[in-house]
Amino acid sequence: MPDVMRLAVFGGVYSNSRALEAAIADARTWGADGLYALGDFGAFGPHPDRVFPLLLDAGVESIQGNYEESLSTGATDCHCGYTDPRDNHFAQISYDYTAEKTSLTWKAWMGALPATRRLEIGGRRILLVHGSPRKINEFLWESTSPVPFLEKLLEDHSADVLVCTHTGLHWQRRLPSGRLVVNAGALGRPANDGRANVWYARLELGADARAELAPVDYDFEAMAREMEEERLPAEFVETIRTGWWTCCLEILPAKERSRGRY
Amino acid sequence: MAAELFPEVPFLSFDTLWFQVAGSLCNLACTHCFVSCSPTNHSHEMLTRAQVRGFLEEARALGVREYYFTGGEPFMNPEMLGIAADALAQGPVTILTNGLLLTPERSRRLRELFDRSEYSLDLRVSIDGWDAATNDPIRGEGTYARILEGLRNLAAEGLNPVITVTEACDGAGAAAGRARFLDWARAIGLSRPRLKVLSLFRIGAEADRLRGYAPRETLAGRTLAPEALEALQCSSSRMVTSRGVYVCPILIDSPFARMGTTLAGTRRSFPLSTGACFTCHEYGVTCRT
Repeated sequence: MPDVMRLAVFGGVYSNSRALEAAIADARTWGADGLYALGDFGAFGPHPDRVFPLLLDAGVESIQGNYEESLSTGATDCHCGYTDPRDNHFAQISYDYTAEKTSLTWKAWMGALPATRRLEIGGRRILLVHGSPRKINEFLWESTSPVPFLEKLLEDHSADVLVCTHTGLHWQRRLPSGRLVVNAGALGRPANDGRANVWYARLELGADARAELAPVDYDFEAMAREMEEERLPAEFVETIRTGWWTCCLEILPAKERSRGRY
Repeated sequence: MAAELFPEVPFLSFDTLWFQVAGSLCNLACTHCFVSCSPTNHSHEMLTRAQVRGFLEEARALGVREYYFTGGEPFMNPEMLGIAADALAQGPVTILTNGLLLTPERSRRLRELFDRSEYSLDLRVSIDGWDAATNDPIRGEGTYARILEGLRNLAAEGLNPVITVTEACDGAGAAAGRARFLDWARAIGLSRPRLKVLSLFRIGAEADRLRGYAPRETLAGRTLAPEALEALQCSSSRMVTSRGVYVCPILIDSPFARMGTTLAGTRRSFPLSTGACFTCHEYGVTCRT
């Protein structure tokens, strides 16, 4: 084993195969020893079946997100955990498209993925989840995941490092105990900051565990055109081009909401 | 009442802590208030900053995720801003207000708190109609104009509150009612309107306004699936008032809902024996945003 293990962790891909390709290439250039993906491969973007061969060819170790749980069990909605009807309206459009366009073979494949994954590296317990260790669709936002809550969460689930996604916004928090919590953000849509790039997490596990959140540039214009050809909502396409979230944002805490345009 | 007839909600995790920070004291006496708050209701007294700090300390040790402050009217508590600052030091905070005391100066100080904290500060402002004719019969003469003023003061500071409406406003819960409230909010200057619609609890003043619970509105004899129990806020939250720690924000006038004097001591199951429990389950109500 090398002195420092480098892991690249990808958050929600949301059918953005172009961003996934770019992130895999970026992670390899960085020198990743392992690639991991935290689920929600479909949603939002076009041609969901294009994502899975990329994951398999690159040897990405995957877990389920709520999308994989829903698609593989034939659920009628994504179980994203939204509460506002405006969020659910767009979530349903996204889910119906993805459910229709995902082949049965891949639905069966995702049904066999684990819900979480545990690694032990250098005596450190790493826990990879989609939403949170206790719930696949729990949102761990930066501004609503305070230190005491995270300390207990990691204690309860026997983890020194927790990596999650589901919110679509990347962040990390070092806890007073030395534990580390990282939200890998998403490859599928930009981070509501007016920039079109997307993000993933780089973990370095050596004498200490540290994380870096890495921006990835990709051909977002080509992705936007593919979405238009598939007649996906203009709101989705605008986000890909502008970097601002246009929908599914009522769920945002006040702090994160205030940073966006909408 | 035979408690064994009712399903029991287990206590699963201590995520949300509520404070009845103004007690049952309010500058309004809304006709639908499920805790009958008013300028003269002293059944729960205001909490002091020191009292809240004690519970915050215990909450930190228990790993509580978020804090909510309500009343009565929280800003009648002279220590409210200091209390909010204390809570924001260890987690996200939401304050439920009727908006009448949101002066330009208080709104400015809330904005400062919002900016200063790494955790989210959110406000919920209650209104019960689209105009004075629909709102004022419920919340009181002249309140519509004063709520509007408070909302505009918040908006002027760049704060975007959640407009909270109850179904006492006829049609508010339906899609058309929601759309009308969102349009209304945009028209008064909230460019990215946020909205929460709450079901009515037929207790307190509301029981006198329309009606109390009918005998059939009960969970007696029902078996609830684990997911249904988990969805209830009483599986993951508690409410602190001057009189103790209660199972939820709704039942603070029910003596049997007082579960203890410390947070740790209330981490146990509770029988879903009230009409309000029926409402929460049947309509998927949570007091959280």
